Amino acid sequence: MKHLKIDNLHVSIGDREILRGLSLDLPTGQVHAIMGPNGSGKSTLAKVIAGHPDYTVTSGDVLFDGESILEMEPDVRARKGIFLAFQYPSEIPGVTIANFLRAALQARLPEGEELEATEYYAKLYEKMDLLEMPRTFTSRPVNEGFSGGEKKRCEILQMAMLQPTFALLDETDSGLDIDALKIVSHGVNSLRGPDTGMLVITHYQRLLDYIVPDVVHVMVNGRIVESGTKELALKLEAEGYDWANEPEAEAVGA
Amino acid sequence: MNMATAPVSGVPLIEGALVEGHWPEWFVASRQRGWEDFQKLPAPAAKDEKWRFSNVRALSLDAFRYPGAVADAAALTARSTGLGESAARFVFGNNRLLSATAPAADLVAAGLVIMTLEEAATKHADLVQKHFMAQEAKLGSAKYAALHRSGPINGVFIRVPKNLEVAQPIEIFHWVEGESSAVFPHTLVVCERHSKATVVDCFRSADGAPAFACGVNDLVVEEGAKLNYVAVQQWSPSSVAFHLNSTIVGRDASCLGMQVNLGGKFVRNENYSRMVSEGARSDMLSVNIASDEQMIDQRTFQDHAKPNATSDLLYQNALTGKGRTVFSGVIRVEPGAHKTDAYQKVRNIVLSDDAEANSMPGLEIEADDVRCTHGATTAQIDDRELFYLEARGIRPDAARQLLVMGFFNTVLDRLPDARLRGHIEGLVEARLTSALRS
Repeated sequence: MKHLKIDNLHVSIGDREILRGLSLDLPTGQVHAIMGPNGSGKSTLAKVIAGHPDYTVTSGDVLFDGESILEMEPDVRARKGIFLAFQYPSEIPGVTIANFLRAALQARLPEGEELEATEYYAKLYEKMDLLEMPRTFTSRPVNEGFSGGEKKRCEILQMAMLQPTFALLDETDSGLDIDALKIVSHGVNSLRGPDTGMLVITHYQRLLDYIVPDVVHVMVNGRIVESGTKELALKLEAEGYDWANEPEAEAVGA
Repeated sequence: MNMATAPVSGVPLIEGALVEGHWPEWFVASRQRGWEDFQKLPAPAAKDEKWRFSNVRALSLDAFRYPGAVADAAALTARSTGLGESAARFVFGNNRLLSATAPAADLVAAGLVIMTLEEAATKHADLVQKHFMAQEAKLGSAKYAALHRSGPINGVFIRVPKNLEVAQPIEIFHWVEGESSAVFPHTLVVCERHSKATVVDCFRSADGAPAFACGVNDLVVEEGAKLNYVAVQQWSPSSVAFHLNSTIVGRDASCLGMQVNLGGKFVRNENYSRMVSEGARSDMLSVNIASDEQMIDQRTFQDHAKPNATSDLLYQNALTGKGRTVFSGVIRVEPGAHKTDAYQKVRNIVLSDDAEANSMPGLEIEADDVRCTHGATTAQIDDRELFYLEARGIRPDAARQLLVMGFFNTVLDRLPDARLRGHIEGLVEARLTSALRS
């Protein structure tokens, strides 16, 4: 079992502090959900773990199986096994999904070794079938002109191909209708297993009906304020976040 | 008919060329006029609008000379690897024919003519005389067009007869070898009514020596015909090159021309396309990489003479190091050329602080009811896109390369032939790899 450990993490963008001492331990084999109101810092957490350059870690640490990853470049973290499914995936004009994923897999091979094309396409088609994506998708430029649902499916396809140790799913349910939500959830669930840990970030309980978490954390104002079983999500759904708001806390941007 | 004319003796640039080959009287007379014009026309000046942003100091030709034969013709022929399979393949080295693979017998029987321009100047004198440099070089390089005309040329004449479709591309290689060698490649293509062909010119240096190339191509696409023409320029990084193109597109005919500039130190590219009849279509495309201290200077002219014609220009440049590009383009719609649909776009991606992209799009419209759009954009690599790729484990260098190739793919995707596209993409990618490392 491996652990992704977030230890008393403080993060700022400019002079604004967004994460204010956040701690969390995600082992492989589990799915943790983070729920919280808009602006609580959920997306920031995901982006900081992935190494987004806009954020400054002022104190605390992020440990991948005991090793700090904060000094590592984003591509190094990704090859180590961190995967971020973006809330707003970038459009990459002119780069097809097939070429993009091939480059990502190629980057994981030892120098001088070439990706085997037949195996690659067999695996790609298998994962696309799982996500009910037509084969023509492979020759479309990444995310360009995709609907919201197609973008999210494309994120999960990448996750399925790259088989990360820890996956961070940032608002993967946003912009999805119920059919797309089911397909995406099915894809995510098929990737659950003893060697993968997932952090599912969501604003709504709805996603957790389909991706059932082992642990639910409630995040408010840059901190985890409560953790519990999946029933906690139902409580949030029924009662909102007001009970969890600390009286002295001020609103914080996303 | 094998005559050298007096005024050119003592001119190293072309001396020697003129005693070679067997050219007909009409060509010798045209050559004489070319030489006179070359001497008469002034050298480009920095203040000349047609040379704005260019580097006229790069144009000293004193050091260049007409070269001797290449050392090893067989070796250069062997290095002329391109598409693998082609309808015909001609290989030239230092202006001399090294090898020729003739088209299949059925194509020849159907009337396809592919031969050296020298042979065609006699055997197909009427066609060659009619179309050889028939358009005046209007975009600034008249002096160099005159130099080309003065005679040291070699190259290919292609006539695709009425209704014939040539499925495989026709490949032409021009090699230059040796210190300060000068070459003068010429490609003349006549696609007769409702014919179809693809022609690929490959310009390559056998070594890293500085060379001078002064090339011209004339493309004539008659009614209902379709021509794809690709020129891949890979001269050595210390070379000076002119490539002047003229395209004439007839009724309901279409020409797709693509210039790929990967080599050279100073490269001047002039692309003139004239829609002479209704329903004509010209796609003018270009992919350029300027690195180190390279300059790629491109001037274009979309000339709409008749109504209901279309021209669509897309030029894309990637710049790194101290690379510089110039794009100056004009869409001209002549009086009466109503319902013209003309599009002109240049896109630059700048990968270093010292690179410089200059874009000067322009319109001259003298007709009503036309649709003309033009635009130029210059951007850097998008940080969000870069992060997205890195977040998938792709190393920053590879991510940049992938993004720039993606940028170029929007042009390369316009090539109608998948094999040709793959071949060109491979050459562009290899060049980009070295440009991003330098």
